[in-house]
Amino acid sequence: MTQGRDEVFDNAELAPGDEHAEGGVGPRVLGYLTGLGLAILLTATSFFVAGTDLVWEPSIPVALVVLAIAQMGVHLVFFLHITTGPDNTNNVLALAFGILIVILVMGGSLWIMANLNHNMMPMDQLMQMQR
Amino acid sequence: MLGKLRWDAVPFDQPIPMAASGVVALAILAVLAWVVIKGHLPYLWREWITSVDHKRIGVMYTLLAMVMLLRGFSDAIMMRAQQSLAFHSQGFLPPEHYDQVFSAHGTIMIFFVAMPFMIGLMNFVVPLQLGVRDVAFPTLNSVGFWLTATGALLVNISLVVGEFARTGWLPYPPLSELAYSPGVGVDYYLWSLEISGVGTLVAGINLVTTVLKIRTKGMNLLRMPMFCWTTLATNLLIVAAFPILTATLAMLLLDRYLGFHFFTNEAGGNVMMFMNLIWAWGHPEVYILVLPAFGIFSEVISTFSGKPLFGYRSMVAATMAICILSFMVWLHHFFTMGAGANVNAIFGIATMIIAVPTGVKVFNWLFTMYGGRVRFQTPLLWSIGFMVTFIIGGMTGVLMAVPPVAFVLHNSLFLVAHFHNVIIGGVLFGAFAGYTYWFPKAFGFRLHEGYGKAAFWCWLIGFYVAFMPLYVLGLLGMTRRMQHYDVPEWRPWLIVAACGAALIMCGIAFQIVQLVVSIRQREQLRDETGDPWDGRSLEWATASPPPAFNFAFLPEVSGEDAWWDFKHRANGQRTPDETPRYRDIEIPRNSPTGFVCAFFATMMGFALIWHIWWMVAAGAVGAFATFVVFAWRDHDEDVIPARDVERIDRSHRARHHPHLGKEVVA
Amino acid sequence: MSTIALTDSHHASAVEREWSGPASKRIVTGYGFWIFILSDMVMFSALFATYAVLLGQTAGGPSGRDLFDLRNVAIETGFLLASSFTCGLASIAADTRHATWFQLAMAVTCAFGLGFLFLEVQEFASLVARGAGPTRSAFLSAFFTLVGCHGLHVSAGILWLLTMMTQVFAKGFRADIQRRILCFALFWHALDIIWIAVFTVVYLIGSAR
Repeated sequence: MTQGRDEVFDNAELAPGDEHAEGGVGPRVLGYLTGLGLAILLTATSFFVAGTDLVWEPSIPVALVVLAIAQMGVHLVFFLHITTGPDNTNNVLALAFGILIVILVMGGSLWIMANLNHNMMPMDQLMQMQR
Repeated sequence: MLGKLRWDAVPFDQPIPMAASGVVALAILAVLAWVVIKGHLPYLWREWITSVDHKRIGVMYTLLAMVMLLRGFSDAIMMRAQQSLAFHSQGFLPPEHYDQVFSAHGTIMIFFVAMPFMIGLMNFVVPLQLGVRDVAFPTLNSVGFWLTATGALLVNISLVVGEFARTGWLPYPPLSELAYSPGVGVDYYLWSLEISGVGTLVAGINLVTTVLKIRTKGMNLLRMPMFCWTTLATNLLIVAAFPILTATLAMLLLDRYLGFHFFTNEAGGNVMMFMNLIWAWGHPEVYILVLPAFGIFSEVISTFSGKPLFGYRSMVAATMAICILSFMVWLHHFFTMGAGANVNAIFGIATMIIAVPTGVKVFNWLFTMYGGRVRFQTPLLWSIGFMVTFIIGGMTGVLMAVPPVAFVLHNSLFLVAHFHNVIIGGVLFGAFAGYTYWFPKAFGFRLHEGYGKAAFWCWLIGFYVAFMPLYVLGLLGMTRRMQHYDVPEWRPWLIVAACGAALIMCGIAFQIVQLVVSIRQREQLRDETGDPWDGRSLEWATASPPPAFNFAFLPEVSGEDAWWDFKHRANGQRTPDETPRYRDIEIPRNSPTGFVCAFFATMMGFALIWHIWWMVAAGAVGAFATFVVFAWRDHDEDVIPARDVERIDRSHRARHHPHLGKEVVA
Repeated sequence: MSTIALTDSHHASAVEREWSGPASKRIVTGYGFWIFILSDMVMFSALFATYAVLLGQTAGGPSGRDLFDLRNVAIETGFLLASSFTCGLASIAADTRHATWFQLAMAVTCAFGLGFLFLEVQEFASLVARGAGPTRSAFLSAFFTLVGCHGLHVSAGILWLLTMMTQVFAKGFRADIQRRILCFALFWHALDIIWIAVFTVVYLIGSAR
């Protein structure tokens, strides 16, 4: 027996990726279109910033990262329907946990490796010592 | 045709592997023959191998762990023997073999004993404690188990065909790179762990989803048994940490197979990055091992003290704090690698901080026992042994968290003693406590108490005799993994340690005897009521062993210690005939997917190790086909008709029932 | 349901709702897959960290600035973004059970995905031909692995996409097939999120060196 969208709501929760179905197809397509438009805008801006002289050069990586994070947010909201509503709390919590781990692994690794590389002799020099 | 595989891959000239594999092969053949001749094969296939029931899978994980404990322990005996003998002598194990022995010992004990034991217990118990019928993804559960078994199989095959890694249980480059380890040993290690790593990740996803989404009515998170909380924390760690292991080992594989330069000495590779990443996995891993044990102790201690767990909320907070903090300390495994004082200081302090929540837990366990009616049965003995032993191990850990101390003691036997102290005292004692505690639930009869106590004492005393000397040796300057030595001061301590290992062997022998005797005496040891220990949580509401559907009606819960609540509330309201109408119950259908998938994974793993490329392709196609076949099935559930449910349930109620109070139809 | 609610028991009645029982299959399946996706993100973060550490290790060979063709990258980005959009349309079609729109949207998604892969394979092949393959230096090893891992995920996604199209064709919008479509959509969108990181960190920031 096939089941339709009735099983979407449960303990007042939504599965990740699901959105509320009321309003019909139109608003939903509009949602995706908005997401697409914003993403295109952000992508174009990124490529522009990377290639232009108009932005102060040392700040370019920061700007690009900010634009990237913004675009990830656009994807999360418009394509993955992650919201701050109570029916999405568990999905957001899981995402937050994942983001925390990503930050710890990447940030921690970069900090540690920078210190190690600063203090320790590069491998090719080490190898030459053996001769 | 067969890649690098030749007849000389079999070590015909080495007596120890030949003898060992001969014995094992005979044992396997004997068991197989018995199974086939007695006609048990269809039963085994139908009820165990293709089972997707969390209880069966849990038992199989635990069985795998216990069998692999014997293999890992044999390696330990060989190491102790070698080090007792090898004073101004080569002992009986040449270095290239000794190196494989200690590498296999560590790899097997961590990946194929400790992890499967814990995952097995979590699998078996958690759905029962949550009052539900199975985990979130039963077939995936089966896949996870069989992939873990594949990893174990590959490691054991390396004993007979080829060799194992000589690089220790973590294969540091550049030694593990192709230039310095040209044989197949490191490849066996890598593929075995990549494959079983997928299995572990699958178990992690399964258990997180189960705890967060599949609980019976009224079981809010803060009403769950403590074991379920530690299961949640453990599996969040698995999901977060194992991908790092997968990526790091994959990079090493790319270096070895395709000539990449992640960790090579030339072309810009960075060896230190391997250490950084592998320990970013490795530290959460040890918490993955120990957190379930903490949960087991919470259950055992409260049950055998007849009191609710003291400080439930602080336990929850401590568990989740450990979960998060465990991702912030990993550099303490390589203080000496050269990151500098600032970095070392931060991670050293973080390491000391993480000891605090564990201390909170210990105090809560003690306060649980205080004022209770304590019953000193085997599971509680293991718990008390744990508390003393783990505290010592924890303290030596905090000692080494001080970077200057780590500079003296890094990679010495002090370190070895520390981690065995916490892993044996914490993880293994927890596993044994859980095994003894839940055995009657799984099989319907208790384990023999006398042999259980004997095993405990041998293990406890044996552990101290085996490992306390290692602390001394570390302080006397002995490094780990030494195949021979010439410092006379060390010798007596090593001989004492070997005696300790022999005592532990007696403990293991008692455990084997206990199992055999218990099976023989199972009628006297029968668990009639399903609640042999006067338990507090919902698994004790079911029959022993529980029926396939666990609960005829999913219980409705209104507080912590749900079963204890039912037992004591319902004493006032005895309405035995007021059960709601029985209904048909759907249970997930058994499937050979897991077993077949693992078969192809074994094929692929072996073929990748020996460079048999056509076999790799065949295995990959087979594995994909298995999934497609599974995805195509139309019926994924079997139905147990209401009258069968009624028959099974009534026979359990007849033996045990004033206690089943208000319930809800599911 | 009560989430991580270490709430004060005085507020329990206001904040802590009673858990009403096991969640529906759609939620369970979706959430489990969400957890898997998070684990995949962690795996990519390990590869990203490695890439960042090895960024300068060109062993005297070519660096990002010498090798990256940003026009190509822009087209690849466009393809993947468009495919995410059409995947969203396919999700709507699946929810409203319009088989034809579903198959159409999925087919377009597939086309964009294949276009992406084609360009990427072409880029890799040309790099190898110029002596800038993954064995040339640590930087290149990290580049090929990170971007290649993403590409492998896209390839697996395409296989999955085709399987879903076949399943819907053969069996219609059965509940379990709907759940798989939900998971596929999560996967496909997550891949685009990772690509955002890739084109920003690897290509755009990497070209500045």
